[in-house]
Amino acid sequence: MKNELFMPEGLKTANPRRQFLKMSGLTVAGAGLLLMGCDDEDRMPMMSGKVSLGSGDTGILNYAYALEQLEAAFYAQVMMGSFFANASAEEKIIFGDLEKHERAHREFFKVALGASAIADLEVDFSSIDFSSRNSVLAAAKTFEDLGVAAYNGAGQFLESADLLLIAGKIVSVEARHAAAIRDLINPNSVDFAGDDLIDVNGLERTLNFQQVLTAASTYVKTEIDFSQLPS
Amino acid sequence: MNLIKLLDSICPDTNTPEEKDRFYSRRDAFRQFGDFSKKVALGAVPLSILTALPKVAKADTASLIGVLNYALTLEHLEYRYYQMGLDSGVIMASERPIFQKIRDHELAHVKFLTEVIANVLNGTPVTEPKFDFTVGGAFAPFSDYPTFLALAQAFEDTGVRAYKGQAANVMESDVVLTAALSIHSVEARHASMVRRLRTKKGLDTQKGWVTNASIGSLPAATQAIYAGEENVSHAGVNVVNLTGIDAGAVSEAWDEPLSMNEVLGIAGLFLSTN
Repeated sequence: MKNELFMPEGLKTANPRRQFLKMSGLTVAGAGLLLMGCDDEDRMPMMSGKVSLGSGDTGILNYAYALEQLEAAFYAQVMMGSFFANASAEEKIIFGDLEKHERAHREFFKVALGASAIADLEVDFSSIDFSSRNSVLAAAKTFEDLGVAAYNGAGQFLESADLLLIAGKIVSVEARHAAAIRDLINPNSVDFAGDDLIDVNGLERTLNFQQVLTAASTYVKTEIDFSQLPS
Repeated sequence: MNLIKLLDSICPDTNTPEEKDRFYSRRDAFRQFGDFSKKVALGAVPLSILTALPKVAKADTASLIGVLNYALTLEHLEYRYYQMGLDSGVIMASERPIFQKIRDHELAHVKFLTEVIANVLNGTPVTEPKFDFTVGGAFAPFSDYPTFLALAQAFEDTGVRAYKGQAANVMESDVVLTAALSIHSVEARHASMVRRLRTKKGLDTQKGWVTNASIGSLPAATQAIYAGEENVSHAGVNVVNLTGIDAGAVSEAWDEPLSMNEVLGIAGLFLSTN
């Protein structure tokens, strides 16, 4: 996202968010947030928030929900950018599909969690250039590979067999995405299941909660408390 | 391969002390049984393990061995298929590296599962069955590249569904579940690549993900591999109704499992009757 696309909107003098930030004495942080592209006024109350994922299977579901929120927000942003507008027919189909898949995952987790669902996360895609094919594909690769490793690492902590199956139904789709994105980056190569992810036993890497959320934190402004997750 | 080291690396350091104890005691017990089978003196096995292990672990390991032998059977099939494809010369030169990579993964899975069954669970790994990938002469995968690619897609998509169907059956063991999940996603990467490769070559219009229960241009005999993939309801939530997203895209967003019987029915087509 190009900052300038959002600065004029964010810098309107009558902007209630800005007044709020001023009143809270958060002008410095506020300036950063305004540059970040908070295009949705409705989310304002959660901006400087912190969410707790909770414990047990609910906590794991919220963990998945957080990642799906991140992915869905990313692809929604991709589809508004100039890379997508000028993308090849194949790329348009792939990114169009990924946007729908991740939005479907996000909405499913939200309704499945009900009152236990964490609030909407405030994302920060300022490090991604949505006009650049390389930048968008690199970010998509990061998100998809991270999603696979996260689900693979979290599966063992689920108590419910039904939830484990649902996670399994989703993780293989994330892996299909990851392979396709990697193939867009380096067509017809072996990168779709590269040695950077798959070890000598043919096992894909797993990441634990801390590793995943640390990697995700580049793109998430909201503080995520995962201290109650099973460990 | 140093299995104990491997298990240490698989065992996440985020486990609770209690789980960790359980893991390590079982791991040590497995190691002792492994040593036992290698004719280490009986006196070297602590009595506590001999008395404590069978109650808890033996029943568990019997079912784990069963599931892993099932997985091993499928990995044998996949490995042999790609090896024969590479040996036959049917694969286009520029695409050989893709199938060498997939073959390497399937061989690694064969070795890994064999090792875990034999030396961690102290079971007997299944030996490789005899396969007939022509299904009695109906297919010519080793002389016709489009057929080779079609069956490769069928095997990979089957593999994804097979592992998914067993996740709950190995969840008693964090180590085995995590390993199974880590194979499962590799199979899904393979499936995505092979599906898209076929489409890029103009052989199909399929995407990397499965739309409804579509077999695309695959032979009609593959319908069982995709049956049920059209599902759009999860945990009682109809995601089409929830989101307004079209049913095709919602079906793509969740892969569905297959039971052991369903998979063996599919794989059984490729077992040699001789």
